[in-house]
Amino acid sequence: MGNVVVDVMLKSEILDPQGQAVAFALPRLGFNQFTDVRQGKRFVLTVAGEVTGEVLAAAREAAETMLSNPVIEDVVSVRVESPVDSSSVDSKSMGSQG
Amino acid sequence: MRIGVVTFPGSLDDHDARRAVRIAGGEPVSLWHGDDSLHDVDAVVLPGGFSYGDYLRAGAIARFAPVMSALIPAARGGLPVLGICNGFQILCESHLLPGAMIQNDHRTFICRDQRLRVENAKTAWTSEYQEGDEITIVLKNQDGQYVADRHTLDELEGEGRVAFRYLIEHSVVEGTDAAQVATAVKYDRFATRNPNGSYRDIAGVTNERGNIVGLMPHPEHAVEEGYGPSLDGLKFFKSVLKSVVNA
Amino acid sequence: MTSLANANLDNAGRAPAQARIDTVEDASTTPDVVQPWAELGLKSDEYDRVREILGRRPTIAELAMYSVMWSEHCSYKSSKVHLAQFSENTTDEMNEKLLVGIGENAGVVDIGDGWAVTFKVESHNHPSYVEPYQGAATGVGGIVRDIMSMGARPIAVMDSLRFGAIDHPDTHRVLPGIVAGVGGYGNCLGLPNIGGEVIFDPCYQGNPLVNALSVGKMRIEDIHLAKASGVGNKVILFGAKTGGDGIGGVSVLASETFDAVTTTQPAKRPAVQVGDPFAEKVLIECCLDLYAAHVVDGIQDLGGAGLSCATSELASNGDGGMRVWLDRVPLRDASLRVEEILMSESQERMMAVVEPAKLEEFMAITRRWDVEATVVGEVTDGKNLEVFWGDDLIIDVPPRSVAHDGPVYHRPMKRPAYLDALQGNVPDDLARPLDGEGLRAALLALMASPNLCNKSWITDQYDRYVMGNTALAMPDDSGVVRVDEETGRGVAISTDCNSRYAKLDPFAGAQLALAEAYRNVATVGAVPLAVSDCLNFGSPEDPSVMWQFAEAARGISQGCKTLGIPVTGGNVSLYNQTGDVAIHPTPLVAVLGVMDDVARRTPSGWNASGPGLAPAGQTIYLLGTTADEFGGSAWTQVAHDHLGGLPPRVDLGTERELGEILANASRDGLVEAAHDLSEGGLAVALTEASLRNGVGARIRLDEVCERDGVDAFTLLFSESAARAIVAVSPAEEARFTDLCTARGFAHTRIGVVDDGSGVEGPALDVQGQFTLPLDELRSAHTSTLPAIFASR
Repeated sequence: MGNVVVDVMLKSEILDPQGQAVAFALPRLGFNQFTDVRQGKRFVLTVAGEVTGEVLAAAREAAETMLSNPVIEDVVSVRVESPVDSSSVDSKSMGSQG
Repeated sequence: MRIGVVTFPGSLDDHDARRAVRIAGGEPVSLWHGDDSLHDVDAVVLPGGFSYGDYLRAGAIARFAPVMSALIPAARGGLPVLGICNGFQILCESHLLPGAMIQNDHRTFICRDQRLRVENAKTAWTSEYQEGDEITIVLKNQDGQYVADRHTLDELEGEGRVAFRYLIEHSVVEGTDAAQVATAVKYDRFATRNPNGSYRDIAGVTNERGNIVGLMPHPEHAVEEGYGPSLDGLKFFKSVLKSVVNA
Repeated sequence: MTSLANANLDNAGRAPAQARIDTVEDASTTPDVVQPWAELGLKSDEYDRVREILGRRPTIAELAMYSVMWSEHCSYKSSKVHLAQFSENTTDEMNEKLLVGIGENAGVVDIGDGWAVTFKVESHNHPSYVEPYQGAATGVGGIVRDIMSMGARPIAVMDSLRFGAIDHPDTHRVLPGIVAGVGGYGNCLGLPNIGGEVIFDPCYQGNPLVNALSVGKMRIEDIHLAKASGVGNKVILFGAKTGGDGIGGVSVLASETFDAVTTTQPAKRPAVQVGDPFAEKVLIECCLDLYAAHVVDGIQDLGGAGLSCATSELASNGDGGMRVWLDRVPLRDASLRVEEILMSESQERMMAVVEPAKLEEFMAITRRWDVEATVVGEVTDGKNLEVFWGDDLIIDVPPRSVAHDGPVYHRPMKRPAYLDALQGNVPDDLARPLDGEGLRAALLALMASPNLCNKSWITDQYDRYVMGNTALAMPDDSGVVRVDEETGRGVAISTDCNSRYAKLDPFAGAQLALAEAYRNVATVGAVPLAVSDCLNFGSPEDPSVMWQFAEAARGISQGCKTLGIPVTGGNVSLYNQTGDVAIHPTPLVAVLGVMDDVARRTPSGWNASGPGLAPAGQTIYLLGTTADEFGGSAWTQVAHDHLGGLPPRVDLGTERELGEILANASRDGLVEAAHDLSEGGLAVALTEASLRNGVGARIRLDEVCERDGVDAFTLLFSESAARAIVAVSPAEEARFTDLCTARGFAHTRIGVVDDGSGVEGPALDVQGQFTLPLDELRSAHTSTLPAIFASR
C-alpha cells in the first residue's frame, strides 16, 4: 500500500483571507517571527500497490483536473509519501532531540 | 415552456427555483444529477445550495455529474442556462463561464437584501430588464467572492459580459461627507463596499452568446409578495420564457 | 467518494483489542470480576440493581450500555419526578390537538386541514464550550434529526444563545464559533433560521448555553414513531459510518488489564462530535422518499448514547424483542472496541424497522441517494434486546430496564439561603433619571446594551430565505413559516426566557418565560397551540438548584394548564456551572401557534405608507396596565448592575385575553403593526417598532401615567407583563377599540406614527420629555456587536 501526497495552494495573487486571519492571530499568541501565512490543502491518495510512475502521473492529472481549480490554485507538488510525511513531528520529540 | 431545474445532492434552492418558474408562467421540470439526459427542456437552471457540501471547492464535484455531460455541450450550443449561487460556482468550475468564487473576504456567511445594477439586458435571462435597472434581490452565501485575473476582467468589461454589479450605497468618492459615511457604516457594514470582496463589484457574468448567465444573488427569492425583499427576480424567468418563444 | 463509502472492512483484520470479548456466558461464569462501574458513572446501588435485573454480573458491553443510558443526560433521573407534573397538568381539552405527546422524539400537533407539525427545543451546552463550532453545529444536527424521525420534513430552525460578559476574552473565543456553527450547519441543511435569542450575562461565562429548536411538517397520516414491532422485521442502520465521536467516557474501559494497546490505537478518543451537514441534508431527502414510499415501520435517530439508545428505545417501545449483530455496523475506524461502537455518537445516523417484503425498495431508495444502509438486526418474539458480536452474545437485557425504567432520584431540595436577602434587595431606592435628559440618556444606554442591541451581525450569518416560506423572521416577535403553499396555513414560534427573573423567583420566572413566548406568538397574529421547553440549570446535587428546578417545572406545568396549551416535549440540561456557581435558572420556553393564512401576519414595526396602508396618522395604542416593577429589569442591569427584588407579577388570565385580542385583530386586519413589551419596557418597544422601518412616533404619556398612578420613568421602563403596543389605521380604530372594550381590556391611545417629513428626519418624540432622532437611536443600537466582534 502506498500514498501519493498532493499539495495545492491558492495562487499568490489571490487573496487568502484564512491565511491572513492566521497571520493576524499568531502575534497575539506570542509568535512574532512570521511575516506571512498562506493556507492550502494537502491530499493523501492511497493505492493498493506501490506508487509507480504511472500512479504518479494519474495523481498529477487528478490534481490538475479535480483537486485544484487552475483559475485560482496551483498544484505545488505531487510526490510519493515519505516516512517524514507520515510521522507526527511534535514538540515532545523535538524536545527529546534538543 | 419547460425549464429544467437540476437537483444535485445538497442542492437547496431547487424547490424555490421551480416555484419561480411556475409563478413566471413556465413549467418546471426536475432534472436528476445522476441522469445524463436533459429531457428536451428549453432551458436549465442550476440552483443554489451546497452541492456535495461544498466539499473540495463549491461546485467542484457537481461539475462532473452525469447531467453535466449533457448540459455542457447543450450550453455551448446555445441552450439558455442560469447558474444561481452554487449554480454559478458550478458553471465556473465547468469553464462555461470565466473566473472563480472564493470565500467572502470577511470570512462569514452573509444573508442580506442586496441591491444590484443590471449591466447587460441582452442575455436570454435579462432581456426583460433595461440596462441600468436597479433591483433588490437576496444574497446569501459563504463563498461569494468573484475573482479572475486582470486580463479576464478587462475582457469581460470590454465585451460587456458583466451581467450584474453590486450597488454600493455610499461610494466614497471625493467630496463625500466623511461623517455621513461614518454614520452609514455604523449601521450597515456594507454601506461603502460590496458584500463579499468580489473584484470590480461583479455579481454576475454572461458568456459571449448571452445564453449562459451566472450570478451569486438569488432571484428566485424575490418572486412572491411577502416572501422576499421585492418581486425584482421575476424578470429573470420571464425573460427566458420570452426568449424560448422567440427562439 | 463512492468507492470509499462502499469499502468492505474486514472484521477478521481487527486490532487485538477485540480478541477477548466479554460474553454473557463469561458473565454468568465469572461473577466476581471487579468492574469499573464507578468510573463509568454508576452508583453502587445502581450497579447492584443491574446485577439484580440480569441475575448475574453484566458484561462489559452491558455495563457500558447501562452506565450511559442511566446517566443524567439520557435518563433524566434527577428531573423525572418533577417533569411528571407536565403530564399531570394536561387536561383532555389540551390533549385534543396533541397527536403525539411527551415521551417520543418530538411532540406533534394538529394544525388543521390534515397538517401536523412537530417541534422541539434541545440543548448542546457543554460541547459548545469545548468546541464552539462543532458543538453548536451538532446541536442543530441533533434536533433536526429528532424532527426527521417523526416522519416530518424539517422546515425551520431557531437558536437561543447565552454567553458570558460581552467584553470577556472567553466570550470572544466562543461566540463567533458558535454562531458560525449554527449557521454553517443550518444553512447547509437548507433550513431557514427564523429567530431566537442572544443574551449576555456573567453567570454563563464558563458555561454558554446553546438551545436549538427545529420544526417540521407532515400530513397527519405520515407520522412515524420509534417502535420496533412485527416479528421478523429487519432493523437497518443507515447514514454515516460509525467512528469514535463522543465516546470520551467509555474510553476508561481501555484501562482494563486484558486489553492490549497497539500502535494502531490512538492514545485518547476524541470527545467532540463532528458534524457533516451535507450528509444530513442527503439523509433528510432520503428519509422523506422512504416515508413517501411507505417502507418504514418504525424509525429512530441516533443521538446521545448512539446505538445503545436507538436499539434499546426501539425495542422498549415495541412489543417484542430485538436481536442485533454489532459486527455488521459499518465502521469508519476499524480499531473501535465493542463498547465504543455501542456508545459512539457519530452523527447523521438513523435506525429503521422495515418489513422484509419492503426491504428491497428501502435499499433501492438509499442507494439512489448514496446513503449507506445495512441490516444489523431483526425484531424477535422474545422479550430481550440481544446484541451479538459474531457468534458471541454480549448483551442480553430487558430493553425497558435500559431505556425507560432507569433510576429515579428524589434529590433533596432546599429554598436557597440567599433568596430572602436577594428578594429583599429591592430596586426601589436606585437612583432614577429625574428629567427628560435623563430619560433620553437611559433609553440610549438600553438600546446600546448587549442584551437589547441589534443582533444583525449574528443573524445575517443565517439564511432566512431558503425554502421560500419564511413569512416573518428576526427581529420580529416570532418566526412565521408557511406550511401549505396553497392555503397559506402556517405556524409561528417564539423562544423566550428571562433568567434574571428566574433567579429572583424560579416559579414566577418560568411562568413569565411562558407568558412572553405566548405573547410573542399572539402578537404576530397566531393562536398559541403547544409548548416545548429546554430547562437549563446548575448541578442537581445542589439542593438550591434542585429547588429552582422543581419550582420552574411547577410554574410551567401550571401555567400551561391555565393557558390551555400542552407541553409536547422538551429537554433538560443540568450541571451548568461556572466553577462552583450555578448559572441563573434558565427555563427556556418555546411556544408554537397556528395561523390560517400567514399572509395576515402582523409585523412588529410600523410603516408610514405602503400598499393599502394609510399615510402617517396611524394611532398607537398601549394595551395593558403598568405598575412600578423593576426587579430583574434591563434598566436596573444597565444603569446599576443590580439584580434584586421580585420579578413582575404574572397574570396568565390577562395574558390569555391579550393574546386573543392580538390574534383576532390580526385575523380581521385591524392592526398595521403590533409589538409586545418585555425587557426595557415601553420605551424599548416603541424604539424597536420605530427602528424596524425607520419610521418614528409622537408619544404622550400623561393619560396612562394618571390612569395607572405611575410617573414617566416608570411608564417608560417598568417591565410589567401582559402589555403590547399596536398601530391602528384611522379606518379600523373604532373596530379595534370595540374589540378591547368588549373584553374590558385596558387600552389607551398614546400617540401617532410619524414619518418625520415635517421635521429634521424621523424621531421618537416623547412629548414633554425628549426627542430622539432615529439616526441617533440606530447608531447606538447597531454599533455594539460589530465594534466587538467584526474584525474587518
